[in-house]
Amino acid sequence: MKKCLVVDDSSVIRKVARRILEDIGFEVTEAEDGQKALDACIASMPDAVLLDWNMPVMDGLEFLGRLREEHGGDEPVVVFCTTENDVAHITKAIRAGANEYIMKPFDREILSAKFQEVGLV
Amino acid sequence: MTSEYDFLKKFLKSRSGLVLSDEKQYLVESRLMPVARRHNLNGLSELILAISKPGSMMLQSDVVEAMTTNESFFFRDKSPFENFRKVMLPHLLEARKSRRSARIWCAAASTGQEPYSLSMYLKEDKAKVGGFRFEILGTDISNEVLEKARTGIYSQFEVQRGLPIQMLLKYFSQQGELWQMAPEIRAMVQWRKLNLLENFSHLGEFDIIFCRNVLIYFDQQTKIDVLNRIYRQLPDDGFLVLGAAETVVGLTDSFEPYPDLRGVYRKKQAASRPAGSTNRPERPSAKPSTSRSSIQALAGGSRF
Repeated sequence: MKKCLVVDDSSVIRKVARRILEDIGFEVTEAEDGQKALDACIASMPDAVLLDWNMPVMDGLEFLGRLREEHGGDEPVVVFCTTENDVAHITKAIRAGANEYIMKPFDREILSAKFQEVGLV
Repeated sequence: MTSEYDFLKKFLKSRSGLVLSDEKQYLVESRLMPVARRHNLNGLSELILAISKPGSMMLQSDVVEAMTTNESFFFRDKSPFENFRKVMLPHLLEARKSRRSARIWCAAASTGQEPYSLSMYLKEDKAKVGGFRFEILGTDISNEVLEKARTGIYSQFEVQRGLPIQMLLKYFSQQGELWQMAPEIRAMVQWRKLNLLENFSHLGEFDIIFCRNVLIYFDQQTKIDVLNRIYRQLPDDGFLVLGAAETVVGLTDSFEPYPDLRGVYRKKQAASRPAGSTNRPERPSAKPSTSRSSIQALAGGSRF
């Protein structure tokens, strides 16, 4: 079963994302900020990361940069999932190594479609 | 339930960009009653009242999901567009190389995602397609959806269903919360109001006809009638693309599945053709088609 790490400081968002991702066949773990997510990845690389941008301690963009520098850190497919919805932010995320980008609010259709897009469903 | 219907219309428009035209009112009950039951609500009025209250996020998302299931989105079902890019397009580039033009009809274009998806692929492949003229016609029964298709403006929800983020950056410009298709893509598609139940022979011949997820709404006899009339708009090596849940099997003998391309059909080939047929098919070949049908000749002067 493919593993997805859901990184978001909102427990509601994590819960909604978990429900959808489990339905489409992922084993889901959660982290509430970038630092905790990085620790989790170093311990065990997931197949995918669903990543919020604005979070306390370490934000999503910094997490992504640090992840890609780790051994094996270029492997996980990273899908940003954030309220930042302008071209500048999207471009920045893609340049930093994000594979896909979701603008909140999202629904089941969007989440499934984006994970299909990156070849994980 | 007029004011409730209006509320639902506005809600769906803002949440999903779905234009719930009045002729789609029948969909509301069939799609939303199961949602109401699932949430222990007594009928549609209670359901609509419930979604207007704060904290109903799960219910709201279930309602949007139920109503948009059959809606158009970019690269819907993926495989028709992959088939277009990998098989149909190369075939036409070879078979029409002397004419250097081809015509595509999206017969239930709705809010435009299907013809625009094809246009984006043609742009992506412009090195191969260069110098070739593709006419893409999008038709739909509803003026409301065609108007939206023409403007090419989509909600944040719509541009996230099926559209890779790289293509969003490349082919759309942002306008607040909305995204507009680039003018050069919009210019590749023409739009026309058309009811498939009425005569469409005046549209002329098309090398590819996409007619996806519309036959399912018709009764058996109407399906047969529409397929027979579509047959007359296709050249012998033309392609017909139906929706994932649709087939010609049991409806007509004049089409057969295209080998190894799911959802793609062609005119029945010579070997397996029933006797008594007057329209002589020829195999799709690498050579330019030599005998264009008479419809092509008739349509020659009425291109648009």
